[in-house]
Amino acid sequence: MAVRTEPFVLNMGPVHPSTHGVFRMRVTLDGEVVVDIEPVFGYLHRGIEKLAEQRTYTGVIPLTDRLDYISSMSNNLAYCLAAEKLAGIKVPERAEYIRVIMSELQRVAALLIAVGAFLNDCGAYFTPFLYMFRERERIVDLFEMASGQRLTYNYMRVGGVSQDLPEEFMPALRKFMDMMPRFMDEYDQLLMQNEILLARAKGVGILSKEQAINCSISGPVLRASGVKWDIRQADPYSIYDRFDFDIPTQTTGDCYDRYRQRVEETRQSLRIIRQAMEQLPSGPVRAEVPHLVRPPVGEAYAHIEAPKGELGFYLVSDNSIAPYRCHIRPPSLINLTALRDMVRGWKIADLIIIFGSIDITVGEIDR
Amino acid sequence: MKFERYGIGIAKGLTVTIKHLFRHPTVSQYPEQRLNISRRFRGNELIWNQEKCTGCGTCAKTCPQGAIEIITSTDMAENKYVVEKYEADTGYCIQCGLCIESCPYEALYFSHNFECAKYRRGELVQGKEEMLETPERKVSGYFYPDKAEKLPKQTLLIEKVTEKR
Repeated sequence: MAVRTEPFVLNMGPVHPSTHGVFRMRVTLDGEVVVDIEPVFGYLHRGIEKLAEQRTYTGVIPLTDRLDYISSMSNNLAYCLAAEKLAGIKVPERAEYIRVIMSELQRVAALLIAVGAFLNDCGAYFTPFLYMFRERERIVDLFEMASGQRLTYNYMRVGGVSQDLPEEFMPALRKFMDMMPRFMDEYDQLLMQNEILLARAKGVGILSKEQAINCSISGPVLRASGVKWDIRQADPYSIYDRFDFDIPTQTTGDCYDRYRQRVEETRQSLRIIRQAMEQLPSGPVRAEVPHLVRPPVGEAYAHIEAPKGELGFYLVSDNSIAPYRCHIRPPSLINLTALRDMVRGWKIADLIIIFGSIDITVGEIDR
Repeated sequence: MKFERYGIGIAKGLTVTIKHLFRHPTVSQYPEQRLNISRRFRGNELIWNQEKCTGCGTCAKTCPQGAIEIITSTDMAENKYVVEKYEADTGYCIQCGLCIESCPYEALYFSHNFECAKYRRGELVQGKEEMLETPERKVSGYFYPDKAEKLPKQTLLIEKVTEKR
């Protein structure tokens, strides 16, 4: 008599330390091998798209903070770009530079969390995670100085930023920029060549180039698969065409490549911040925009390269003070569509790593 | 997977960990040691200037959460509005700061306090008396740079790390 196995359905989440929030997966297992997974979401649904229809154009900005709550500045920027496109508002020069500095700092902060959480999932229990959090803390200090909050910044406005940078901001930023590359090298030394990490992450969860394009993956996950696509250069928004930076890519598209990709992108972000700091002009930070913005009838779509991928806002106006429709294209949700193909055939311990390497935020998936 | 030089990666990583033994700790013991928060801190309470307020109600219209309630009546003799009721429900407030930016008469500020926990839900509603400026309820510099200059400078982690142990 031959030994047979039966498929076993395991419920993972919604409250599980490695599902990064309230995310639930129904995993079908054959022994220890994953046969199929079915993501179940909606546990953090707050109806942000519908709420946006009842608020003024400025009142939606605090809502966008709560989408991907570890990269609020990028969300603010994407929404403001869409609203400005709709209303035809020109942003002052200084505000553009402040926006670039803020969104690139936010990218560094968000990628640090992504790397830390990924290493935590790999088994490097909390030491790298807390090191990364210490670096992020310095960035959050800067954000707190400029906007007054540490998580929900609400700093950008339709037509600029809410207020000018305080005078102690630039010295602190300069100090941070001097120290950050040294710490980045230190973290590379900490785990980049660690044998345990290599054994666990190299060759695991390969996402091929074709598959990534078919699933419309964006961001670091796409670039780790070898596709050179970055909206900052492919369709430059704001003033990104003035800066000189590279788009790093990897070749195989496994978990280790996605980890390395994020580290490389952090370095490029630091390069952009350094250029923006040197070119920062003086002047007003907010265009003369009325309190209640009334854009003409029409529609606009603006997309940016958020830390996790392409973040887009689609706004429809009916010439009232509130958007008629606000649709969000979240990078986390769309990057998640490749998860099933990536985990099939791997063990349940690898499922955690692959899931961690996609880097999702549940606030953005459920909205 | 085969490793030719097993152990070198782990040894390299451990040197980083050992280096941290000789660095200044980045954590502070909160209730005893307190760091200064941002001068622009968006606190949990609103502060209202009764003399400057004209009762126009722009703050209540701008609030995305509808947390501010204002009721006025007309004073025909003085030719102005009299604010009869001014209430902010800090339980609904999301500290976005749009009311403060929209006030045309500079009559509304954030407080610089952050320890505002209450025992009952009803206590979260700030009435007229709880919104006035007192020595305990300091005004934050959010949107008002002249007020920010009077507040203590924010402690930055970046300055703490550069010190030697």
